[in-house]
Amino acid sequence: MTTSIASPFEYHSPETVEEASRLLSRYGGGARLLAGGHSLLPLMKLRLASPEALIDLGRIGGLSYIREDDGGLAIGAMTTYAEIVRSELAAAAAPALAEAAGEVADTPVRNAGTIGGSLAHADPAGDLPAVVLALDAELVARSARASRSIPADRFFRDFMTTALRGNEVLTEIRVPGQGASSGSAYAKLANKASHYAVVGVAAAVRVEDGVCTSARIGITGAGPHAVRSRRAERILVGKAPGESSIRAAAQRGGVELAGQFNEDVHASAEYREDMARVFTGRALAAAFERAMG
Amino acid sequence: MGHEITVTVNGKIYAGSVEPRLLLSQYLRDELNLTGTHVGCDTTSCGACSVLLNGRAVKSCNVLAVMADGSEVTTVEGLASGGEYHPIQRAFRDEHGLQCGFCTPGMMITAVDILSNNPQPTESEIRTGLRGNLCRCTGYHNIVKAVQSAAAELAS
Repeated sequence: MTTSIASPFEYHSPETVEEASRLLSRYGGGARLLAGGHSLLPLMKLRLASPEALIDLGRIGGLSYIREDDGGLAIGAMTTYAEIVRSELAAAAAPALAEAAGEVADTPVRNAGTIGGSLAHADPAGDLPAVVLALDAELVARSARASRSIPADRFFRDFMTTALRGNEVLTEIRVPGQGASSGSAYAKLANKASHYAVVGVAAAVRVEDGVCTSARIGITGAGPHAVRSRRAERILVGKAPGESSIRAAAQRGGVELAGQFNEDVHASAEYREDMARVFTGRALAAAFERAMG
Repeated sequence: MGHEITVTVNGKIYAGSVEPRLLLSQYLRDELNLTGTHVGCDTTSCGACSVLLNGRAVKSCNVLAVMADGSEVTTVEGLASGGEYHPIQRAFRDEHGLQCGFCTPGMMITAVDILSNNPQPTESEIRTGLRGNLCRCTGYHNIVKAVQSAAAELAS
């Protein structure tokens, strides 16, 4: 059989984030960070990516954890999907996150792929980008000298393009506490072979005294990058949740992507547009059920 | 260009120099001659190359050998111990969980991972858990039965 082999590259395994950042600067855009490798290495084997150097984050201690943080969660960027799936803390504080992590690919892939790698790679069909948008997460980026926090809704800029600067390492994902009587869910139409999202929708809602006081919807797979569906969100807030408000909101699921829906061998743009509505409805129904259940 | 790595494979320590782009699957098969790990698709789809890396199943065609430096790897050759087959190996034989045998090493490795997390999985949990391991012969029924049978034996 033929074996696919990546182009040669220099390999570094720094022991601190600062060192990793300095290496990024030194290569001036020629290097890529390596987390679980499950998005990057397949591209390199196909020679769709041929970085001059790989900077392996695997030797940096303290980037893999899930802990309670001010009523929410702080998750280390090198935490694997499998660790998120097994975390009772994640299941309780952010059900959409645990649900989406459990829907990624398959058992061996979830053991290797990381939340930080997924977000920084920003594959338009990745699951986690939709979830961090719906949960209003903050993404912590560190360079050799500074640290900053980027709101999820300013992180995904374009096709596989994020707000991370050339010398920054994504180190932590902070999910704020969602409050009492809140609920979140992730619903996706998965590609039958790869299990990537043809369309995936994450919804996070809060219901107080019978009225929806907060709603956030993140959509992935449908367009060039994951987006908030704010027009659908606006339909829900201030109303008593129910079938009719969910249906009305779902009708606007993904309208922000008009003219930009992906079209490929898996689905036409028209189908994705329709599925964005269908799965917005499903994610909302599940999130409201959790909020009120 | 070589990088020095030390990896414990099936309890034995191996040290050597590898090129950074060498995959763990290639290292196991070509450098260590452990050819029980099969390479099917080489695209992280089929799961035939699954091995345990620090106790967790991973697809070794998508891990660089340098990433495994300092780790413990278990391949299908390491499942048996003391001349005794691992319960998952006996179960695959007894339940006819294989035909051509190409996918079997990866199937058994992933099954070991599933059972270590969830010792009494339902049929549906077994099928979902094995989603990333493809078999083109059996139709999966006997593979699922083999995992159920191994779970029962491990519990007794």
